[in-house]
Amino acid sequence: MTVVTDTPFTPEPEATKSRPPTGTLLLSALRLWRTRVGLVLAGGMVAVALFGPFVAPHGPADFVGAPNSSSVGIFGTDHLGQDVLSRFLWGGRSVLAISAAATLIGLVLGVLVGLIAAYARNLLDDGLMRVMDVILAFPQIMLALVALVTLGAKTWLIVLAVGLTTMPRVARVIRGSAQPIVERDFVAAADALGVPRWRILFAEVLPNILSPLMVEASLRLTYAIGLVASLAFLGFTPNPNGADWGLMIFENRIALSVQPWGVMLPIIAIALLTLGTGLIGDGVARAATGIDRTRGSE
Amino acid sequence: MSDAPAIVVENLRINLRGSEIDIVDDVSFAIAPGEVLGLVGESGSGKTTAGLALLGHARRGVEIVAGSVRVGDIDVLTLDHNQRRRLRGRVVSYVPQDPAASLNPALRIGTQLRETLEVHGFGENDSDRTNRLAEMMREVLLPDDPDYLRRYPHELSGGQQQRVGLAMAFACRPRVIVLDEPTTGLDVTTQAHVLNTVRELTELHRAAALYVSHDLAVVATLAARVAVMYAGRVVELGPTGEMFAAAAHPYTRRLIGAIPHISGRRQLASIPGRAPSPGQRPKGCFFAPRCTWREDRCELELPPLRLVSEAHSARCVRAEEVREYPGLPSGDTLPASEVPTETAVLSLRGVGAGYGGLQVVHDITLSLAPHECLAVVGESGSGKTTLARSIAGLHRERQGEIELLGEPLAASSRGRPREARRMIQYIFQNPYGSLNPRRTIGQIVRQPVDLFGTAQGSDVDKRVGEMLERVSLSASYAERYPDQLSGGERQRVAIARALICEPAVLVCDEITSALDVSVQAAIVDLLAELQRDLGLSMLFVTHNLPLVRSIAQRVAVMNRGRIVELGTVDSVLLEPGDDYTKALLADTPSLGAATT
Repeated sequence: MTVVTDTPFTPEPEATKSRPPTGTLLLSALRLWRTRVGLVLAGGMVAVALFGPFVAPHGPADFVGAPNSSSVGIFGTDHLGQDVLSRFLWGGRSVLAISAAATLIGLVLGVLVGLIAAYARNLLDDGLMRVMDVILAFPQIMLALVALVTLGAKTWLIVLAVGLTTMPRVARVIRGSAQPIVERDFVAAADALGVPRWRILFAEVLPNILSPLMVEASLRLTYAIGLVASLAFLGFTPNPNGADWGLMIFENRIALSVQPWGVMLPIIAIALLTLGTGLIGDGVARAATGIDRTRGSE
Repeated sequence: MSDAPAIVVENLRINLRGSEIDIVDDVSFAIAPGEVLGLVGESGSGKTTAGLALLGHARRGVEIVAGSVRVGDIDVLTLDHNQRRRLRGRVVSYVPQDPAASLNPALRIGTQLRETLEVHGFGENDSDRTNRLAEMMREVLLPDDPDYLRRYPHELSGGQQQRVGLAMAFACRPRVIVLDEPTTGLDVTTQAHVLNTVRELTELHRAAALYVSHDLAVVATLAARVAVMYAGRVVELGPTGEMFAAAAHPYTRRLIGAIPHISGRRQLASIPGRAPSPGQRPKGCFFAPRCTWREDRCELELPPLRLVSEAHSARCVRAEEVREYPGLPSGDTLPASEVPTETAVLSLRGVGAGYGGLQVVHDITLSLAPHECLAVVGESGSGKTTLARSIAGLHRERQGEIELLGEPLAASSRGRPREARRMIQYIFQNPYGSLNPRRTIGQIVRQPVDLFGTAQGSDVDKRVGEMLERVSLSASYAERYPDQLSGGERQRVAIARALICEPAVLVCDEITSALDVSVQAAIVDLLAELQRDLGLSMLFVTHNLPLVRSIAQRVAVMNRGRIVELGTVDSVLLEPGDDYTKALLADTPSLGAATT
């Protein structure tokens, strides 16, 4: 209850319950409708991707009828006569797994670069961030395409390409959030004691930027899903005949007018998934900055 | 006062929004035109909340639920939002604490000042306003030429920024002005000038001023009458001189006792305990649990504010007795300081330091004897903090020699041997920044132990507990997070973190400047005790000259990066040789101003 404070220098806190910071942030984010809606949407799509194959009526490559027919099954068949519903239920896994792995790589590398740059405050900072700027200068999808065209569409390469192009964006945000933290006295206190630098970065600074990090994580996941789906749409998928939401859009786009479900179903899925993760990120961000807080003067 | 009061506040009550918990209640006072009323209290006393109510403003999370604020025949609290907006700045204006934060950094000061006049429709036309603008600048003793008005806030010093803030507040010649600690964060010299300006402007414009402050000494030099707030209530209200000579409320007495004096060397008397937060206030007198005058009847009900003499009232059942009690409950006089003569623990020879080529510390030669406390005094910008940071190894750009027990030290702490890092401990000015908010007190205090390996296993927890008790916190604090502690408690944690290293030298950088006077007294007490018991050497950096009296044996006065005077506390403070020291002493506000 900081409302009773007089001056920014001398708030008089009350002895209240202990406050593990990250837990509270998620809890207060959960109180916002946008976070809940986001969780339902994203959670639903993740469930479809994870458990879809178990309930799919057919295999992803089973031929069940004439191509582009809307009379077979619930959502008809695709351009090869495979069941659209089954392929949809099978096709979420790859998108989700690849984007999650890529986001993780991007976050880990981005956090490392951002923290080191913010803490170094010298030539290393400049050097690292200029390299990040160069990567940022190219559109994310273009860099990924260059890598894939050169080396072929392999799963690890897609993960790496999306991850590496995510890195500079994360690094920028992390550096920006860490800069005011590294200037604070508790970091100087650790410096004066001679605490190892890696421990200052990960034990002193990192816990203080978890809020922006979580916001960034959900935002980057949103972008990664879009990017991975786009790459699949352009044909860059490790298994050209496999079920994949992005690939489905590409394969069935010609028949959009006769059999729209082959395109619409994966589009709706990707839209709901990104909308969901985006809303979660927005909710966490709002909870972190306290936009929807009803009390408190900070 | 023969004039009708310019503003009358009656029975003001301010609650936490949506609850029955009051932050401020039963606050009544009146201010005559041209009069300055000091509203004094420690943090959390509700003084700012009460001050803002004069503008009809309540901060987020609080609401004004009862009472009246009458300016002339208008009751500010009955006005709607738009009417209040028109009132603010024109009839009642406000000077905030931090001028740097209250001026728009993107607009020139001339633009911002003119805006105030335009919004309130002051003057007939543009040239009228231009004239008023120049007049305003002259009134606050700033240049009125157009070039100066074209400056941005960051091109002004802190004192100049606050003058612009004053000019803005007085722009429309308001009848009432609320000043919220406008000199906190300014140097004593700058503060003295700003206070003079406030005094002149209120007299010139016959404005009624409410001066909200935690600093009794400042209020004593400025205000004709003082209201003391404690736990959301006015506990004493009376003429300044009478109040400081014969306070009728025990809290006021203790508060006065906690202020360090230049004139006499004595221990500071802190107030034990902590002010109760809203919702946790005791039945009866709120001060009773901490009061040495307490009787059984004090705990029955909250005493009313009643007159003890003409124009002097107090909220205490024993006000007459308290008032008659001779002398202030200040601490014992300390024995005359002895300067230790043993070989130096720490010696500085020709130390200089700078930032990016700009030299801010020049040629400092000092030595610190074992068991000695040396105070380094100076205004902001004098280089005292840079010097302290150089000693702690937090400032790399330095020249000259710093030796610890005869061993030269590297500029950066990382270049120093582990023993040197352990033996010199640095305590930061701001306890809100020096503790990691994401770690528990226990984790913070044990960090040096883990690092230096001074204890292992379960001994670590024991050591942490011991240290917390050493600084008068209980071992149970180890589980808490810094934001659950008050400023004074946090500073104690910072001291515990330093002590657990078993240092030889403690460098304290303005460690009480962010704290209330009663808390400051307790911290200074603690440090003096630790210095005696553990034989620490201390370098105590401060801008507060009177405080030096209560803790140090020797004092070095710094000005523009050089030591201008160095000697025993008595010789420097009582018979200053340097002109700068003399000026500093003259500008230091003291309670003496009110009583003599």
